[in-house]
Amino acid sequence: MARFLTRRLLLLALTLLIASAIIFLLTQVLPGDPARLILGREARPEAIENLRQQLGLNDPIPTQYINWLTRFAGGDWGTSFTGGSAPIRPLVLERLGNSLRLAALALVISIPLSIGLGVIAGLRENSLLDGAILVLTLSVVGLPEFVTGLVLINVFALGLGWFPASATAPPDAPLGEWLRQLTLPAIAATFVLMAYVVRMTRAGVIDELKKPYVRTAELKGLPRRQVIFKHVLRNALLPTITVIALSFGWLIGGLIVIENVFSYPGLGRLMTTAILRKDIPLMQAIVMVVIFFVALANLAADILYALLNPRIRLE
Amino acid sequence: MTTPVIAAEALSIDYKLEGGWANALLDISLEINSLEIHGLVGESGSGKSTLALALMRYLAPNARISGGRIFFDGEEITHHSAAQMRALWGRGFSLVPQDALASLNPSYTIGEQIAEITRLHDGLTRAQARAGAIEMLRRVKIADPETVAARYPHQLSGGMQQRVTIAMALSARPRLLILDEPTTSLDVTTEAVILDLFRELIRENGAAALYVSHDLGLVAQLCDRVTVLYGGEVMASAPVTDLFKRPLHPYTISLLASLPRPTTGVETRLPTIPGAAPSLAERPRGCVFADRCPAAEQRCHDEKPALEVIHDGRLIKCHRWREIADGSLQIDTSPKTRGVDAAPRPGHVLQAISIRKTFGRRSLFDRWLGRPSSGVRAVDDVSLAIRRRSTLGLVGESGSGKTTLARCIIGLETADSGELELLELPLSLRLNERKPAELRELQMVFQNPNDALNPFMTVGAAISRTIRRLDRTLSREQLHDRVSALLNAVRLTPEYADRYPSELSGGEKQRVAIARAFATNPALVLADEPTSSLDVSVQSVILNLLKDLRAEQGASYLFISHDLRAVSYLADWIVVMYLGEIVETGDVDQVYLAPSHPYTEALISAIAVPDPTVKQGRIRLEGELPSARQLPSGCRFHTRCPRKVGAICEQEAPPWQDCGDGHFIRCHIPADELRVLQQTPPESAVVNALGD
Repeated sequence: MARFLTRRLLLLALTLLIASAIIFLLTQVLPGDPARLILGREARPEAIENLRQQLGLNDPIPTQYINWLTRFAGGDWGTSFTGGSAPIRPLVLERLGNSLRLAALALVISIPLSIGLGVIAGLRENSLLDGAILVLTLSVVGLPEFVTGLVLINVFALGLGWFPASATAPPDAPLGEWLRQLTLPAIAATFVLMAYVVRMTRAGVIDELKKPYVRTAELKGLPRRQVIFKHVLRNALLPTITVIALSFGWLIGGLIVIENVFSYPGLGRLMTTAILRKDIPLMQAIVMVVIFFVALANLAADILYALLNPRIRLE
Repeated sequence: MTTPVIAAEALSIDYKLEGGWANALLDISLEINSLEIHGLVGESGSGKSTLALALMRYLAPNARISGGRIFFDGEEITHHSAAQMRALWGRGFSLVPQDALASLNPSYTIGEQIAEITRLHDGLTRAQARAGAIEMLRRVKIADPETVAARYPHQLSGGMQQRVTIAMALSARPRLLILDEPTTSLDVTTEAVILDLFRELIRENGAAALYVSHDLGLVAQLCDRVTVLYGGEVMASAPVTDLFKRPLHPYTISLLASLPRPTTGVETRLPTIPGAAPSLAERPRGCVFADRCPAAEQRCHDEKPALEVIHDGRLIKCHRWREIADGSLQIDTSPKTRGVDAAPRPGHVLQAISIRKTFGRRSLFDRWLGRPSSGVRAVDDVSLAIRRRSTLGLVGESGSGKTTLARCIIGLETADSGELELLELPLSLRLNERKPAELRELQMVFQNPNDALNPFMTVGAAISRTIRRLDRTLSREQLHDRVSALLNAVRLTPEYADRYPSELSGGEKQRVAIARAFATNPALVLADEPTSSLDVSVQSVILNLLKDLRAEQGASYLFISHDLRAVSYLADWIVVMYLGEIVETGDVDQVYLAPSHPYTEALISAIAVPDPTVKQGRIRLEGELPSARQLPSGCRFHTRCPRKVGAICEQEAPPWQDCGDGHFIRCHIPADELRVLQQTPPESAVVNALGD
C-alpha cells in the first residue's frame, strides 16, 4: 500500500510537471504582447520594452518556464495583468473554495438520486419504469446547461421565488442562506452528471444479477432485500464509485457555463474572465489548480476502487 | 414405504421464447429417498440443470411449471410463494454449484458467506455463526480453517473453492443436497477427494442428494440410482448396477459404449451416437431419441413411448425395451466405419531438449542482491521427442506445466533456455525468428472452441485466412476447394463455410478449429485438452476424428489432457508431468501397468471407472499442489506422495530408472519394489480414503 501510494504520488507530481509545461507553452503562443496588454495601447515603446525586461519576457523560453515554475511552486503565483495588479493566489483560492462547495453540494444531490434511479432501472430491466428513467436522464443531459440553468431560474427563482436567481455565496453567509443560493446551480450540475451515473449503475446491476453468486445468495434463503443490498449492490456499484470520484475533478473546473448562468463566483467563471482579458498568469494559475484536482480525483478513484474491491492488490 | 425427500410427478417446464412457450422438460418423474445419492445424467441441452433447479422451485424468470407436481418431504411445493420457498432454501434444499468461484461473492470473506446462512436459519449471533463456519470448513477437510475463513474467494485454489461451496451448502443441514456438476472444473486427483467427502458428509447428515453430471464414471462410483435424461425427457431410471450392467434403453447403451476406456488401445475407433441432440424448440411427435437411435422403427417416430415401471422403481421410456431385455434385440454400437490407423514412422517430428520457462521477472532489487528469480518455474528442464505420425500424450494436473510446455513449443511463449528440433532441423525458440515454412508445420487446437474462433468471421473465412497467411500463391478457386476439402476432412459439409461460429454446436466448433489447424498441412498439431469442454458423445466423435486425421494427413499430435482415458485412446506414448518436471515416460501399457511412478498411480487410481461393480483404486493425494514459486526440495512429489519412503525423498532429487523398452520412472523406490508395492494400495491412503 505504501509503495503504491508513493508511486502514485510521484506519478501525480510528474503529471503536474508535464501539464505545467504544456500550459506554459500554450500561453506563449497566444497572440498579443503581455506588456502591451498591461500598459495599454497608447504606451510608448520604451515603456513596453522596459516592462518586458522587468517581466523577463525577453529571456529564452526555457528560462522563463523554469522561473515561472519555481515561483509558482514556491507559492508566488504572480499578479494579475488586469484589475490593478492584484495578487493571484488569494483570488484563485477563494474561488476554489466556492467551487468546492458547489461541487460538494452537487455530489450530495446527484449521488443518491442517480444511484437510486440506476438501481431501480437495473432491477426492472426493460420495464416501463426502466424506459422512463432512461428517457428522463437522457433528455436532461441532452439539453445544454444554459438551457436547463435558465429553465431552473425561470421556474424556481423568477416564477416560484423559492431560490435566488443568482448565487453570490458570500463566504460568511449562514449555512441556510448558502444552501438556498447553491441549490439551483447544484441541480443544474446534477443534471449533467446524472445520465452517466444512472447508466453505469443500471449496467452494473444488470451484469451482477446474472452472476451465479446471486443465485447462491437466493438459494441460501436470504430475503430479497438482503440479496440486493448486501450481495448485488456491493459489487454493482464498484464501477459507479470510480465514475463519481472522477467527476469530482470535472465539477471543480468544468462548470464554466453553469457558473456563468448563475453568476456564481467559482473557478469556472474566473477562468472565463481570465480568458476574455487575456490575463495569462491568472489563466496559468487556474489551469494548474484544476489539473491538480483532476489528477487527485483520479488517484482517489483508484484508491477507493482498490479498497472496495478485494480482488485488487495495491502493489 | 418411507416418504421420499423430494418427488416430482409428471413435471413439465416451459421456457418463454420469442412469441410462445417452448417445452424444456416433459413429464419428469423422480423420487429421492433419504440417504440416497441419485445421479442425473444427460448431455448439455438435455435439461438436467433446469430440472435440478426446478426441483428447488428455482426457475429462470422466463420459465414456468406447465404441468405436474413437486413434493418436498411429502408436502406439495408446486405452488409455494417466493417467501415460503425462501424458508426452505438453504435449510431444506441447498445447491453445490458447478463454478465455485463465480458462485461465491467476490467481495466478502469465506467465513462471512458461510456464517450468513446459520445467522439466517438458526438465528445465531455473528460470533456463533463465525465459529460454526470455521467448524464447517474443518469438516470439509480444509487444513487451516481460521485462515481460510478470513480469505476472499479468489485467494483460494479451485479445489478449496469447491470445498467452501460444499461447507456452505451443508451448514444449515439441508434435507436435500443438489450437486450440479460440482467437480467438472477440478483435476481428477482433487475430484476423487471431493467425491469421498460427499459420500461421507451425505451419510453423516442423513441427507438425500441429487448428483447432476455428464460423467458416467463418476455416477457409477458415487450414486445409488441413476436417471438418464435426453432432450428434456426421462429415458431410463434404475439402480446404478442395473443401469450400467444391464442397460435397457438404446440411448444408455450407446452412451456407455462411447466412453473411452483405458483398454481401448487395440480398437481403432470409438462407437459414437450419430446426429446431434435435439434443440428445445422442436419436440417430436414420437420418441425424442428416435432420430439417433440404432434400433428405431417407424412406430418410434410416430408415437411417443410411455414411461413404464418395470419393477422396483426401474423406469424406462422405450417401445422396444422388452426385446432388449429378453435379448431378441441386440443394439449394435460398433462403429459404422472402420478407421484407418497407421503405425508411427521412423524419425522424429519434434524434439525438445532441456526446455525451461520461468514466469515472473527478476526485479532490479533481486539482481542487485544477486538473488535468483523468485518466479514460477513452470517448465523445468523438460525433454521429449515425438515420433513421426504418432501421438504423444502429455498428462498432469493443472499447474504441472503441460500447457506452458506446449506454448513454448509452438512459440506463444519463448522458452528461457533449451533446444527445439522440428523434423530433425533446429528450430528457434523465438516465434519471430521462425521461417514461414516452419510455422506451417506447427499448429494448435485449443481447449475452448468458443474462444478460439472469431465470432465475426465465417468458418470459411477463418480457415482461408490461415491458409493465406502462410501461402499467398493460391487463387480464389484453389482456396475455396481447399476449404471444402478441409471441412470434408472433419466431416462437415462445405455449406458450413458460410456459417458463423454462433450457428454451430460445441462439437462443430471444435471440428472447425481442427480443420483450421490442418489448413497448412502441419507435421505436428498441439491439442490442448481438445475434448474437455465437450459432451461425452461428442468427445468420442472428436477423438475418432483426430485419429482418422492422423492417418489421412500424416500428422503427429502432442495431446495434452488431464483425462487419462482420452489420452490412452489416442496416444502411443505418454509423458507424465508434475510441477514442471517429467516423472514418468513410456508407452500406454507401460504407464498404465505397474511399476508406475506413485504420481501416475494416483492419477490412474483417481479415474472414475464407469462400472459400479469395480471398486476402483483408493489412492488419494493429500493436500494441495505446492506452489511452483517455492518448489519442494528433493523429489517434488514428496509432500503428497502416498509411498514416500523417508528423508531421502525430501533431500535428494530422485534418479531416472530404466524399466526397459523406453519406460522411465523418476523415483527413489526401485522399480521392482514399486511393482510389488503396487499390487496393493498404500495403507495410509486406504485409511485416508475410508477415514470415517
